[in-house]
Amino acid sequence: MHDQPLNMLWLQSGGCGGCTLSMMCAESPELFTSFEAAGIHVLWHPSLSEASGNAVTQTLEAIINDEVKLDILCLEGAVVRGPNNTGKFHMMAGTSEPMMHWIKKLSLKADYVIAVGTCAAYGGITSGGGNPTDACGMQYEGKRRGGLLGQDFRSVRKLSVVNIAGCPTHPNWVTETLAQIVLGNFTESNMDEFGRPRSYVDQLVHHGCPRNEYYEFKASAKKPSDLGCLMENLGCVGTQAHADCNTRLWNGGGSCLRGDYPCVNCTAPGFEEPGHPFTETPKIAGIPVGLPTDMPKAWFVALASLSKAATPERLKLNAVSDHVKVVQGIRGRTK
Amino acid sequence: MSRRIVGPFNRVEGDLEVQLDIQHGKVADAWVVSPLYRGFEQMLHGKHPNDAMSYVPRICGICSVAQSVASAYALADAQGVQMPSNGELAVNLILANENLADHLTHFYMFFMPDFAREIYKNEPWHAVVAERFTAMKGSAARQMLPARAAFMHLMGILAGKWPHTLAIQPGGTTRGVKAEEQVRMLTTLYQFRCFLEDTLFGDSLENIANLSSSNELKSWLENDKHSNRDFGLFLSVADALQLHTMGRATDRFMSYGVYPTNGEPLFARGLWEEGHLARLDIDAIREDVSHSWMIKYGEPKHPFDGVTQPDPDMQDGYSWCKAPRLDGKVVEVGALARQLVNGHPLIQSLVTESGGNVRNRVIARLLELALVAIEMEAWIKAIRPNETFCNLVSMPDEAEGVGLMEAARGSLGHWLKIKHGRILNYQIIAPTTWNFAPRDLNEQPGALEQALIGATVRQGEITPVEVQHIVRSFDPCMVCTVH
Repeated sequence: MHDQPLNMLWLQSGGCGGCTLSMMCAESPELFTSFEAAGIHVLWHPSLSEASGNAVTQTLEAIINDEVKLDILCLEGAVVRGPNNTGKFHMMAGTSEPMMHWIKKLSLKADYVIAVGTCAAYGGITSGGGNPTDACGMQYEGKRRGGLLGQDFRSVRKLSVVNIAGCPTHPNWVTETLAQIVLGNFTESNMDEFGRPRSYVDQLVHHGCPRNEYYEFKASAKKPSDLGCLMENLGCVGTQAHADCNTRLWNGGGSCLRGDYPCVNCTAPGFEEPGHPFTETPKIAGIPVGLPTDMPKAWFVALASLSKAATPERLKLNAVSDHVKVVQGIRGRTK
Repeated sequence: MSRRIVGPFNRVEGDLEVQLDIQHGKVADAWVVSPLYRGFEQMLHGKHPNDAMSYVPRICGICSVAQSVASAYALADAQGVQMPSNGELAVNLILANENLADHLTHFYMFFMPDFAREIYKNEPWHAVVAERFTAMKGSAARQMLPARAAFMHLMGILAGKWPHTLAIQPGGTTRGVKAEEQVRMLTTLYQFRCFLEDTLFGDSLENIANLSSSNELKSWLENDKHSNRDFGLFLSVADALQLHTMGRATDRFMSYGVYPTNGEPLFARGLWEEGHLARLDIDAIREDVSHSWMIKYGEPKHPFDGVTQPDPDMQDGYSWCKAPRLDGKVVEVGALARQLVNGHPLIQSLVTESGGNVRNRVIARLLELALVAIEMEAWIKAIRPNETFCNLVSMPDEAEGVGLMEAARGSLGHWLKIKHGRILNYQIIAPTTWNFAPRDLNEQPGALEQALIGATVRQGEITPVEVQHIVRSFDPCMVCTVH
């Protein structure tokens, strides 16, 4: 299909490998056919390739020495800089060099540099809890531009790092972004202000949320497994989170909300430290902080109290139950 | 003595380096290095106990659910809450979904591609194995990947997504299952059964589960319907390369037990030592850091009192991995240990004949695919829609708890102390921490370090293929190992 597939190298550092494992859940087509269709030739991938040991370091050297063209570099996992900027928390196996040095050298050779997952993009979970390993992203440290490569970094094709954020990434966020890049259609205008592909972050997790009726009437869940809206009490930030999880769906039809647990905004820089327990909504004077970003607070409060007063009994009861107790009646029929 | 440094080791989860002392074409000694440290135990200190449920799955993208389950069990122990029957069944199903997907991934993507290597091109079996299993090009992965992805639709229903779900809670699962979803899950599982029976085994799951001795397995392989499928292909290659003579470690095996229904595990807890089943004393676990890049505080500690403070310049250190020991001894964990401890007759017969080795580890994993897939059907049918999935109890301000379970790769334990409503200490021992541990105070090598001794290094080999078979036979997960 493609005369000249692009060479992709995939490296892993301070992360869990979950973005690769998620990517292996690609369907129709499966992962290898997706790569072929997109025009991606895998130079090396830690979980997929045959080459091990010295064969790998030879490939990396060949790229650095301009003997092999590197079109796309993907990093999965955060850049580990500690302790004291030595990078010793991750020395690349088989070499006596810190992984962060390899990442930097290879980034300078790549037409496109892609951070796969929130760790590689911004530091993510690896930078949580006081950040013991001084982890950061490729071109961000949390919300701040900079990171390993610096705020002014541009790849050979003059593009900043593409941040396919998510913890983990949806398989098709990765495969479709790669395919757009191969087509030559991917530019800075395809990225939002945190460098994320707009193809999936121009939407909110709230869009398509199956609990929208509960949200409208502020019929809130009180405990995990309740059916009601998870925003008021259980820490859900789906109304502010940029991702298409409830319209694209995961593993054949799921999403966090469809799994009946809150969205923790895993595509956002800094999601790992929300400043409160993940599954509890912080409140001031009984009103949740962190309301929808583009709605005046006074209006939200007014509408919320209005809709609470109008909540149908059915939603009130179902919101605090783990299965539907009252079914919507049919108009014109009485029981 | 010069050490050969082998790495990066791929088709293991995470980063791994192995150092070898090679003499007369054999490995004389080995050191296993875990080169990546992230520090989850440090991160969790001071956090709200419930936040562990958001952090720990992210230790590992391949054993994500296993980490969630161990954490949920530890928190449940601290809270004194028990799961309702539905919660127990749903957790078992989510965990089994991950464990079986991992077994499949290991066999098709991580382990078998090594037999398609150029070095075997003159072997009579090479052509057919290369057609099936060459990395990224073989026909097998293109059948396995869609089957695995479809099987993981169970996650879409029960866990929202995989990896990194929050559906698993100390008191059960957040996600109620409706009657129509129960039927959908049975259909999904049936589709997976078809893949296993048609493509992997060429036989029914029940027949595989009932294989009861090495002789039965030999005669089973004589049938063409079996020998030309993927399991049969592996058994033939194993025979040709004598994989049962490679990678023997301590032959002391441990399992924490897993998949409870009404509190009774499907696979039992125990220890297999000197050819016999023995009681497992969890209190005899200690973590030794004498050869880790960790600051040492006196004697090896029980994980409740464990300390994790990294120092890359630690004298005698050569790995971020600690060295867990049971009563001072090295144990091996994984599917082989699990089935041995649970008394599966085929596995007991194989281990009695040839011990723990490359072939037997792989057979145990594939056997488990059959055993657990059969059980999953019963669990789905036992779910009672419209009844509760999650019990709730408030979190105490002071408590301690332990969560022990079996991940795909073996025994996983979380030990947790809560004080003033916050996590005071959180210690994790993962399966590959047991298998890929460094030496201890007594210079006793870890399980893989022992298993590598005697491995053949062919003329001119820089990354010896036999070493690769042995390493991958453990299905290591390095991101869990150090966490």
